[in-house]
Amino acid sequence: MGALSTKHVIDIQDLSVEDINLILDTAVPFKEVNQRTIKKLPTLRGRTVVNLFLEPSTRTRTSFELAAKRLSADGINFSASTSATIKGESLVDTAQTLDAMDCDLVIIRHGYAGSPRILAQNMRAHIINGGDGKHQHPTQALLDLFTIRERFGRLAGLKVAVVGDIAHSRVFGSLGPALDMLGAQVTAIAPKTLLPACPELLGASVSTSLDEALETYDVVYMLRIQQERLERSPLPSLREYARLYGMNLERLARMKPEAILMHPGPVNRGVELTSDTIEMARNLLLYQVNAGVAVRMALMYLLLGGDQDGIAA
Amino acid sequence: MAELQTKSVVMDAAAIERALTRITHEILENNKGAQNIALAGIITRGDLLALELARRIEEAEGLRVPVGSLDISFYRDDVALHIAPEVHATNIPFSVDGRSIILVDDVLYTGRTIRAAMDAIMDYGRPAAIQLAVLVDRGHRELPIRADYVGKNVPSSSQEHVRLFLEPVDGRTSVEILQAAPGEHIGSAPLGATPPGAKGSEA
Amino acid sequence: MESLLRNALCVDPAAGLEEPGLRDVLLRDGLIAGLTEPGSLPTEAGREDLDLEGRLLIPGLMDMHVHLRDPGQEYKEDIVSGSRAAVCGGFTAVLAMPNTSPVLDKGAEVSYVLDAAAQTACARVYVAGALTKGLKGESLSEMGDMLAAGAVAFTDDGRGVQDSGVMRLALEYASSLGAPVLSHCQVETLVGGGQVNEGIASTRLGLAGWPAAGEEIQIARDIALCELTGCALHIQHISTAEGVALVRAAKAKGLPVTCEVTPHHLFLTEDALDAHYDTNFKMNPPLRTAADAAALRAALEKGDIDCVATDHAPHAPHEKSLEFELAPFGTTGLETALGLVLTNLVATGELSLAQLVERMAHAPRRILGLAPVTLTVGSVADLTVIDRDVEWEVCVDGFASKSKNCAFIGKKLKGRASEVLIGGTVVLRGGELL
Repeated sequence: MGALSTKHVIDIQDLSVEDINLILDTAVPFKEVNQRTIKKLPTLRGRTVVNLFLEPSTRTRTSFELAAKRLSADGINFSASTSATIKGESLVDTAQTLDAMDCDLVIIRHGYAGSPRILAQNMRAHIINGGDGKHQHPTQALLDLFTIRERFGRLAGLKVAVVGDIAHSRVFGSLGPALDMLGAQVTAIAPKTLLPACPELLGASVSTSLDEALETYDVVYMLRIQQERLERSPLPSLREYARLYGMNLERLARMKPEAILMHPGPVNRGVELTSDTIEMARNLLLYQVNAGVAVRMALMYLLLGGDQDGIAA
Repeated sequence: MAELQTKSVVMDAAAIERALTRITHEILENNKGAQNIALAGIITRGDLLALELARRIEEAEGLRVPVGSLDISFYRDDVALHIAPEVHATNIPFSVDGRSIILVDDVLYTGRTIRAAMDAIMDYGRPAAIQLAVLVDRGHRELPIRADYVGKNVPSSSQEHVRLFLEPVDGRTSVEILQAAPGEHIGSAPLGATPPGAKGSEA
Repeated sequence: MESLLRNALCVDPAAGLEEPGLRDVLLRDGLIAGLTEPGSLPTEAGREDLDLEGRLLIPGLMDMHVHLRDPGQEYKEDIVSGSRAAVCGGFTAVLAMPNTSPVLDKGAEVSYVLDAAAQTACARVYVAGALTKGLKGESLSEMGDMLAAGAVAFTDDGRGVQDSGVMRLALEYASSLGAPVLSHCQVETLVGGGQVNEGIASTRLGLAGWPAAGEEIQIARDIALCELTGCALHIQHISTAEGVALVRAAKAKGLPVTCEVTPHHLFLTEDALDAHYDTNFKMNPPLRTAADAAALRAALEKGDIDCVATDHAPHAPHEKSLEFELAPFGTTGLETALGLVLTNLVATGELSLAQLVERMAHAPRRILGLAPVTLTVGSVADLTVIDRDVEWEVCVDGFASKSKNCAFIGKKLKGRASEVLIGGTVVLRGGELL
């Protein structure tokens, strides 16, 4: 076992509060590395990291790929277009094949909830969930926590509003419970058509109005509206959504001066955020992306470092 | 875990003072002054020694030399075996290009830490030279590495720890030999594996 | 041809044996020929005697909801393996569902199953034909043709009939033929791609929810159409407390409505679904809340729920090892149902043995209009013998079914069928198939 209490990071609740704090602390020096001219460390030389992306994703895949490369791990991309899954090979088959190749770490992004667990049950490598269906996206939550903590120096006691498609959001599936674990107060804001059956299980209280209590939040986190995910549309129109739940300059002005605006990206311009709001918040949105590489480097380092039972050890 | 038993004190505060003063002058002599040097102390005792050396250099030359600190966790050759739970931020607030970099560490042992530190420095640029200053050389090298400046050579057994304690963090200033527990990992142990109560660092 | 079951502890409310009574049971030519005091009949040459040593003897159990997968998906199950699984589980008769490939929606396909069963099955196999052509819910199937071929009921099991107008026509048509309609209740616009109960499980696992209302609305609709048409209506695999309340109210009105419950809805809840995403817990309808399961158990005891049926749904390992959302619904049930009911309801005192016989042997036959099987002279000798003391563990390698997708693997149970007789012939003896 490495420095974390878990072998895999599939569900944010695989991590203890101590684990989360250790990951965030460890990301700080990695962030320094990412500011150097030579952004490369020999730390994971000879270890093999597979990016198994069975669903299109540019941002997350690139972030993991960069993280692996900057740690000198050998990275392999196994994406939907090149994968055998389209030839009818099952995920179990893929897991067993990758296992036979002695990989140390697999990052999986897949459209189906629980799929990382299938890998964990069928191979020896560490598994990081890069997003599974509508379930979890723990590394996004970690980089969001990192960003918030850098900004406020703490997480406990902060009031965080998360706005948007809570029901179909894997980002919220991890971020809600993580914020709750770390002592922040989370409010999920959405029309009821976009709320899950039991939001309290995700650590959140609920509001259907963004305008109500807007001036009390320290963080307003806008979720991306996943249009492709919405069977039988729960919204009359994006225009109406933007009007009721979108961030604009008037709403931005009502927020606390020190409050921050976040979004996991990519932003649907004019839906979650108006264009002028994006310009105002650009630095922080890009900071989230930047932090993502450092946080993922930290996670890889902590999972693979000290891993005497690992494949390559 | 009980506090490790001190077997002997090999340097007291005064001896450390004298050694640092001598090393300061050797550095200045060797580099013909302080014009083109910078100090990089290896966390978590070497960085404190580097500050001490910088203070003495300033006293002697009236010149403030750049000082940085180096965490070599990510450069260790045993990441797969040990992991430092606590990683500190490396801080090299100067350009290393063309400078003579003096690596500063407390105890020189296998040489693996210094190998890692040299790799770390190289990732910041191309120094003109890298020199090594240590307070104690305890022998048992595993790599072809030697120190340019040595406070004291301390012959030791591989069953012993050699540790530097510093007043600001440990409440006393001394170099001590401690008896290792049977089977305990000696040498390049991660900082986090340092037994509680024995706060000194070691190489 | 005669045989004698000695020292049988007989229970059958239909024969006045509410409480267990020790009898010797004489069988002749496939029928029960006499029940006598133990030891009152002398040994006779040429007659086979089987000493049950005080084990429980009851009318043969019937499972009115079974997927035999034959024709078309014989890699999951076929008539032979499915009937063997039935016998191992203590069932002497099963009702096969029509969602095979091809669908059983014409007389010829019904005949295929019945003919194959007559030649190869070790249990009695009855067939439910499709209610609508191809189970599409659009046009009526040839129910008359299927009845003539031997079908005993009609159902689109696996799907709810979405169009209320079509459902009305189907109920009217079936009632004019005197056949019961078995209804799988699922409103597709509400359920959509629902995977697990909408609530704790859907939120925690990030899976699309299958809301209780998606079942209850169609139960309510079908009850209203039952009232309109007078057709005998049987609600399949009822899973919610509110669904049971609807059926109870319909019965109170005197409507010909019955319903069944599965062991998995009685004894498992959505809490079984955790981060392991075990697809053996993926059912349709889904596992519901603990409150629902408690209501189902109470309703079974009271008789608001008429019978236990397993919805035995075998699937191959490569299908159940897929991603949860891609894996098929269902669990096997034939070989565990009796042990589960004995362990979780009879041993706890929630259900008497007489009630077990009523819910697992008499009610299914009555609902389907089949001849009753009782412990009385002249009844067909389809009998189940239960060893109530044997403790066993549901084990992945212990199934007669071709499939191993059982939601109860690892469960420790007490009591199982030791002997099964069909038409007086012993087909299971000492827990082993003959």
